[in-house]
Amino acid sequence: MESYALLIAATLNAGTVLAIAALGLLINEKAGIVNLGAEGMMLCAAIAGFAAVVHTGSDALGFLAGMASGAVLAAIFGLLVIYLGTNQYATGLALSLFGVGFSAFVGIGYVQEKLPPRPAFEIPFLADIPLIGIAFFKQHPLVYGVIVFVFGLMWFLYKTRTGLVLRSVGESPESAHALGYSVRRIRFCAVIAGGALCGLSGAYISIAYTPLWVEGMVAGKGWIALALTTFATWRPARILLGAYLFGGVTMLQFHLQGLGVQVPSQWLSALPYLATIVVLALISKNPAWIRINMPASLGKPFQPGS
Amino acid sequence: MLKLELRPQASDFWRYASPVLALVITVALGIGLFVLLGKDPVRGLQMFFWEPLKSAYALGELMVKATPLLVIALGLAVCYRSNVWNIGAEGQFVIGAVAAAGVALLADKETSRWIVVAVVLAGVAGGMFWAAITAWLKDKFHANEILVSLMLVYVADMVLGYLVYGPWKDPAGYNFPQTKTFEAVTQIPRLMSGSRMSVGLIIALLGVAGAWIFLFKTRAGFAQQVGGLAPAASRYAGFSSRKAVWLALLVSGGAAGLAGALEVAGPLGQLTPYVPAGYGFAAIIVAYVGRLHPVGMVFSAVLMSMFYIGGELAQSRMGLPKSITGVFQGLLLFSLLACDTLVAYRLRWQSRRV
Repeated sequence: MESYALLIAATLNAGTVLAIAALGLLINEKAGIVNLGAEGMMLCAAIAGFAAVVHTGSDALGFLAGMASGAVLAAIFGLLVIYLGTNQYATGLALSLFGVGFSAFVGIGYVQEKLPPRPAFEIPFLADIPLIGIAFFKQHPLVYGVIVFVFGLMWFLYKTRTGLVLRSVGESPESAHALGYSVRRIRFCAVIAGGALCGLSGAYISIAYTPLWVEGMVAGKGWIALALTTFATWRPARILLGAYLFGGVTMLQFHLQGLGVQVPSQWLSALPYLATIVVLALISKNPAWIRINMPASLGKPFQPGS
Repeated sequence: MLKLELRPQASDFWRYASPVLALVITVALGIGLFVLLGKDPVRGLQMFFWEPLKSAYALGELMVKATPLLVIALGLAVCYRSNVWNIGAEGQFVIGAVAAAGVALLADKETSRWIVVAVVLAGVAGGMFWAAITAWLKDKFHANEILVSLMLVYVADMVLGYLVYGPWKDPAGYNFPQTKTFEAVTQIPRLMSGSRMSVGLIIALLGVAGAWIFLFKTRAGFAQQVGGLAPAASRYAGFSSRKAVWLALLVSGGAAGLAGALEVAGPLGQLTPYVPAGYGFAAIIVAYVGRLHPVGMVFSAVLMSMFYIGGELAQSRMGLPKSITGVFQGLLLFSLLACDTLVAYRLRWQSRRV
C-alpha cells in the first residue's frame, strides 16, 4: 500500500513541474502568443537556478535566478515577436534551439555538482495520517503553491478587469486597441510572466525534482506543457488536472519497473511522449470544439495602425 | 523614436542581404562571447571560418557534414513552403538510420554490392513512415504537427536505444550499446580515396536540382506552395490541402530518412546511441538561412557544417565545450529572424507624437 502512496506523492510532484510551465504558457496564449521556446527557457532556468543554489546555498535565490533567466529570454522573444513582428513559431523554435545549446554550454562546469535532497514540507497533523500523509502532505512547498496559484489565476483571468483586458487582447486585439489599450505592451507583459513561470518550473526541476544538472534534463517537459494548454482547452483548472495525469504517466514507468514488469525500459520511457501524442490527437479530433475554446487571435501578429 | 514602417512591397535586396547581416551579427556576438570567456577571439574565429577551409582534406570533411544537413533541409524547405511545420526531422533521421541499419545487418560476405541501394531505400522508407504518423494524425485528428513530430523525436531515440541496448547489440562488442560493424559491401561508395566524401554528396546536389524543378517548374510544386501562402485561393483552385499535408511530410520525412541512411552506412558504419547528432534540428536553421531556396541552402548547409567543425576544434584546441555550436546556431537563427524584419518593414526616425 505504501508504494501506492509514494506513487501518488511522486505523481503530484511530477505534475507540479508541468503545471507551473503550462500555466505560464496559458497566460501567454490567453494574450494571443504561442511561445515554442518553453523547452529552451526551462533548460536555461534549470542551469541558472542550479548554479545559483550551488554558489549561494539558498533555494529562494535559485528559484529567483530561474525565474529571472526565463523572463529575460521571454523578453527577447517578445521583443522579436511583438515589436518586430517575426513569426511566432520560428522565433520560439529559435529560442528552444538556443536554450538547448546555451544551457549545455554554461552547464559544463556543473555536471559533477550535486545538491542534497530537499527536505519535504510537512503539513502539521495531516502529514501524520498513515498513507494519506505520505501521499499528499509531505511535499515541496511549490506543490501546494501551484494549487493556490491556479485558483489565483482563475480569479485574475475571469474576475478582474486586468484579466478581462488580457483575454480581450488574445481574442480581438483590434477591439482592445480601439478601446485604447496598448495591445503590444499587454502582450509583452504576458510573455514575460509566462517566461518567468517556465523559468520557475525549470529551476524546480534542477533544484528540487532531481537536484542535479544534466545536459537536456528538461527532456521535453516544455513541449509536453505546450501540449497541455491545448489538452486543457485553455482552462487553468484543467491544466492542473492534465498535469497530474501526465505526471502519473511519467511515474507509472518507474512503478511498473519496480513491480518487475518485463518490458524494456525504453518502451516505458517513451510512455509520456506517446501519451502526449494520443491525448493531443483525441482532443483535437473535433476542430469546432478547439475553435470555440482557443483564444481567437492565437498566433496572429498585431501591429497597431497597419 | 525609431518606428517600423510597412514597405509597399517586400524588399528583394533585404531578402538576400538579411542572412548575410545575420551572420555578421552572429560573428560579432561570437567575438563578444570569446572575449567574455577570456579566449582569443581571433583564434576562435579561425576555428570556425579558416580551419575548415584550409586543406583539401578539411574541405572534404566540411562536405561530409554538409551533406546530411543539405539533404534534410531540402525536404524541410518543401514542407515549410507548404506551411506544414515538421520540426521532428531529427526523429525521422534516426528511424531512417535504424531502417537502413536493419537492412545493412542482413548482409554477409557473399552479399552483392547492390545491397547499398536497398540500404538507402530502407532509410527513405523509414523516414517516410515516421513522418507519416504525424501526417496521419494531422489529417485524421487535426493534431498539431509541431508537437506530434517533436514528441516522436523522443520516441525515435527510445526505439534506437531499445535496439542497440537490446536485440541488435553486437554479441562480440564487449557489451557496448552498438550493433556490429556493417559489412564493407553496405558502405555508401566513396568519391575518391583519401577523403570521406561519398556518393551522398552527389545525391544531395541532385536533390538540389530536383527540389528546384519541383518547387518552381511543376504544377504540383506550385499547388503545394499556394496552399501555404493562400489557403483560400488554393481551395478555390481545387488543390487538396490534405494531399499537400501528406506530400509535405512524406517528402521531408523521406529526405531526413535518406540522410540517416547515408550517415549510418557512410561515416558511422554501425548503429550506436550517438546517431542523433542534432542534424535534424540544425537543418531547420539551414532551411531558414538558405531562404527555403534549394541553391541558398547549399551555402547555408556549408556554413552550418563550419559551425559543427568549428565547435569540435574549439573543444579540442581551445578547451571550450562543443555545445558552443548550438549557441551559435541559435544566435544565427535569432539574428536572421530579427534581420528579416527589414524585408517587410523599413526603419524610420519619427518624433514622438504629443
